[in-house]
Amino acid sequence: MSKRLGKQTVFFENPPKIVECSSVVGKKENEGNLKGKFDFCYNDSMCGQESWEQAESEFIKKSIEILLQKSGKTEKDIDFLLAGDLMNQVTSTTFGVKDYNIPYFGLFGACSVIGESMSLGSMIIDGNFADNIIAGATSHFCTAEKQFRFPLQLGTQRAPSSTWTVTGSGFYLLSNTGNYPYITDVTIGKVVDKGIKDVNNMGAAMAPAAISTLISHFQDTKRSPDYYDVIATGDLGYIGNR
Amino acid sequence: MDDKKYSSYVDKITPNSPTVKNCIKAFVSGGFICVISQFINGIFISKGYTIDQSALLANSVLIVITGILTGLGLFSKIGYFCGAGTFVPITGFANSMVSTSIEFKKEGLIFGLGAKMFTLAGPVVVYGTLTSVLVGIIYYFFGGGSVNV
Repeated sequence: MSKRLGKQTVFFENPPKIVECSSVVGKKENEGNLKGKFDFCYNDSMCGQESWEQAESEFIKKSIEILLQKSGKTEKDIDFLLAGDLMNQVTSTTFGVKDYNIPYFGLFGACSVIGESMSLGSMIIDGNFADNIIAGATSHFCTAEKQFRFPLQLGTQRAPSSTWTVTGSGFYLLSNTGNYPYITDVTIGKVVDKGIKDVNNMGAAMAPAAISTLISHFQDTKRSPDYYDVIATGDLGYIGNR
Repeated sequence: MDDKKYSSYVDKITPNSPTVKNCIKAFVSGGFICVISQFINGIFISKGYTIDQSALLANSVLIVITGILTGLGLFSKIGYFCGAGTFVPITGFANSMVSTSIEFKKEGLIFGLGAKMFTLAGPVVVYGTLTSVLVGIIYYFFGGGSVNV
């Protein structure tokens, strides 16, 4: 019996529940529109560590710690951990989760990691391969700048269209028991490359993929946009939103 | 929408850098650095150094000042305002080396700092040398037949 809908969508017979979530952010994020809505804020972007990568690992440790605390679970209750970040070899996450004794899938999907980890986590739960799964994503402005752009102390100007990588970590606890919200179905997007070569214009590069996935979702599920109360995408920036 | 149409649409809605404003800021701040440099140069000349020696020493002073400002985390703020004004003179070159050194020092002195120090400055050195060779060849054949080394 297939659990597929159309070409890109799967639906769940026993919808996984999002039972708890946790968020840890940096100083700049906590000064934005979502001020005070986070579980924890590191005002020191180094988190008392020696390198940006170690600091990023601290974000992950803290976020999982808070998630377990809030849900009243211990690491023994968790069957799999699915997470990733932007670094080579998913360095920060791998070191961040090493002290938790939880079987781990390291994911790389850049900005899509949060959706990727939740989608895969849901499929694992619905397939009866796990009862509880932790899924999450992390990034750090300083590690991203160091790896993909320029040193922080380089005295150059930023393009008006440039985006700012989040310093923060978000994790979800998915479970086969619990209350709403449920994950009822998932549409997996394809790589959509519209040939944007400007590294300072991430929004424009990502927006076509978001649209493509949304359209596939509506086609596969035979729903229209009116069916939904809220349709949200990841942050596409000022230009991506146009 | 095909790729070309999308690209031109993106170009249309993407705000441009304020070129005129940036040029004015760069002109004024770059000029200001040159004035300071000339002033330092003058001091060395008045102390009895030759013009060539003074020019070298003035450059060195600018490099040291940039290094200190970068280390204190102030240069990136100055550079954000001045743009090409601080990046084109030797201050930009010094900043590109010091900032990379700070960033990669944590990865060790040999394979971190030593290896990554020139990631930004390297291209300048490579193409600067290449250009000077090309200019030298052109000068050798068309500029009077002799090169004074």
